[in-house]
Amino acid sequence: MEYQAKELFAKHGVPVLPGETVDTADAARGVAERIGKPVVVKAQVKTGGRGKAGGVKLADTPDEAVEKAQAILGLDIKGHVVHKVLVTEASDIEVEYYVSYLLDRANRSYLAMCSAEGGMEIEQLAVERPEALARIPVDPVQGVDAAKAREIAEAGRIPADVIDEVSRILQAMWEVFVEEEATLVEINPLCRTPDGRIVALDGKVTLDGNAEFRHSDVFTAYADVVAEDDLEGRAKAKDLNYVKLDGQVGIIGNGAGLVMSTLDVVAYAGEAHGGVKPANFLDIGGGASAQVMADGLEIILSDPDVKSVFVNVFGGITSCDAVANGIVQALGMLGEQATKPLVVRLDGNNVEEGRRILAQAAHPLVTVVDTMDGAADKAAELAHTSSETTMKTEA
Amino acid sequence: MAIFLTADSKVIVQGITGSEGTKHTRRMVSSGTKVVGGVNPRKAGSAVDGIPVFATVAEAMERTGADVSVIFVPPAFAKAAVVEAIDAQIPLAVVITEGIPVQDSAWAWAYSSGRSTRIIGPNCPGLISPGKSNAGIIPATIAPNPGRIGLVSKSGTLTYQMMYELREFGFSTAIGIGGDPIIGTTHIDALEAFEADPETDAVVMIGEIGGDAEERAADYISAHVTKPVVGYVAGFTAPEGKTMGHAGAIVSGSSGTAAAKQEALEAAGVKVGKTPSATADLMREIMQSRTASNL
Repeated sequence: MEYQAKELFAKHGVPVLPGETVDTADAARGVAERIGKPVVVKAQVKTGGRGKAGGVKLADTPDEAVEKAQAILGLDIKGHVVHKVLVTEASDIEVEYYVSYLLDRANRSYLAMCSAEGGMEIEQLAVERPEALARIPVDPVQGVDAAKAREIAEAGRIPADVIDEVSRILQAMWEVFVEEEATLVEINPLCRTPDGRIVALDGKVTLDGNAEFRHSDVFTAYADVVAEDDLEGRAKAKDLNYVKLDGQVGIIGNGAGLVMSTLDVVAYAGEAHGGVKPANFLDIGGGASAQVMADGLEIILSDPDVKSVFVNVFGGITSCDAVANGIVQALGMLGEQATKPLVVRLDGNNVEEGRRILAQAAHPLVTVVDTMDGAADKAAELAHTSSETTMKTEA
Repeated sequence: MAIFLTADSKVIVQGITGSEGTKHTRRMVSSGTKVVGGVNPRKAGSAVDGIPVFATVAEAMERTGADVSVIFVPPAFAKAAVVEAIDAQIPLAVVITEGIPVQDSAWAWAYSSGRSTRIIGPNCPGLISPGKSNAGIIPATIAPNPGRIGLVSKSGTLTYQMMYELREFGFSTAIGIGGDPIIGTTHIDALEAFEADPETDAVVMIGEIGGDAEERAADYISAHVTKPVVGYVAGFTAPEGKTMGHAGAIVSGSSGTAAAKQEALEAAGVKVGKTPSATADLMREIMQSRTASNL
């Protein structure tokens, strides 16, 4: 969120305007009083387009700041409810620039982007006036020194009278990028005020989750306090790689690629079964122990949208008999909580034994299908028929 | 011949004494790989199943003639391990480790530029030339026989799935390049090598959402690949991932969606299957018609 990006900016010497975040309207008064000038009250949500949604408002007095904060807190902006607002000094803007560093996947490197025409959506600028957006490759080993920073600023046609200050900010931003291990650091707009100051008015920092072990302080401080989806929050607590989607077929698989593929295959199969879709992404990884399987099934079965479950496992390193035992034990652990039909497809290492274990257990909810496409079709069919039954019952 | 990895490859394992390193060293040995040494500076002089452990990659190479290193070192130490392999000028470093910070990968890739080491991975299952050698964690039992199909994939389990579906034909080499934002060897590098490999007749290419590697591979195929290629792209229904920020999408010049990738591949003459099984069927047709025409 913006305020978190600004805290990281301030920590590394990127100039920001004074301000504080608050989570109640009354608290906005104190901040506005301390600033002692007109303030802007800004919704803190992880999405763009706040201004248009009424999430950014100017307040001339502390009383007005309270009023505006009251109006913004609790707003729903593109599905994100506002729990915090940033109260920050209002500043007149003379000119707006754009600067960022990001990962350049195609070149396996980094890229600096800079433009003297900031403020607008940068995607729009890239399409409409690509010549106004400089893209300068940055070598990960060499980094950004004073000369490199100046090269970036010059390429972005930053005016001569502020180029020293913008170059200094580009070096400080590089420090944010490298020391915080970001994959994106963006300031938009970087503003020049009528009194000649250059400040980061809004910005975005995306941190690399893989680097969390070196930055646990920052990750702990910025962890989402409010889980966006209860199921996702519970899955995270159990260390499951889970994403909630809007369909009816619960999915469990091993390996990110195979699970992604499973979602697609279920969506195709669903076309013939009333348009049912995958209800989630859940990758239980290589191990697939009974406990992990039980944790995964428990989350998926508690999702009221789920009408059937498709367990799709390819035994590579894991053997299918271990997976089959995992499923049987998981259903045992869940007992009466398990109420929805399961379609299981196992293939690969020791598959015959795996299928034998499932056949022997003969759990009434479990159907074993040999192929991935066939199993997806069965799961979609079961989801469709059981949603129809539910609807009839409700009617 | 196969690509990158042959019957003559001499393999060392960085991190051989860790649990994953030891487990997979045994699996590599049992599938016929010449594992000639391991590296762990604190356990130099010891041995794992009779395989000598050396203090450094350079020493292991000097003593054994190793030309491939498989790296199982934990994320926090992986960058140093890769840099050590590059400095020792080992021809091939296969980085299995999952969860390496992306700036470490970017740094190591930049460092390798102009030096002599090919990097595969990170966060990949490695590669196997069935019947010859196996460098990584791909289970050799899935498709044990050598054959004439080449396979390159971002995803480990989809590599396994596809090898299993096409096990009747066998593979020259199957290579998992890894799904991280920054990887060493790309689809294009593998396609180039398969095109040049006399033991490969056709190639399966598996991609997934994010970045524009598949689109660039499609351009490469149009211009340089004469062998038949079939493709599969995972993620048509997957939600937008965290790594797909707006700014990244601008840079790649594409939205990174599965549909865009499929379109680009089909425009390059690649047949794209709707599901892994349908993709395997496309390859089956190609291989069967080649066998028939050779009779």
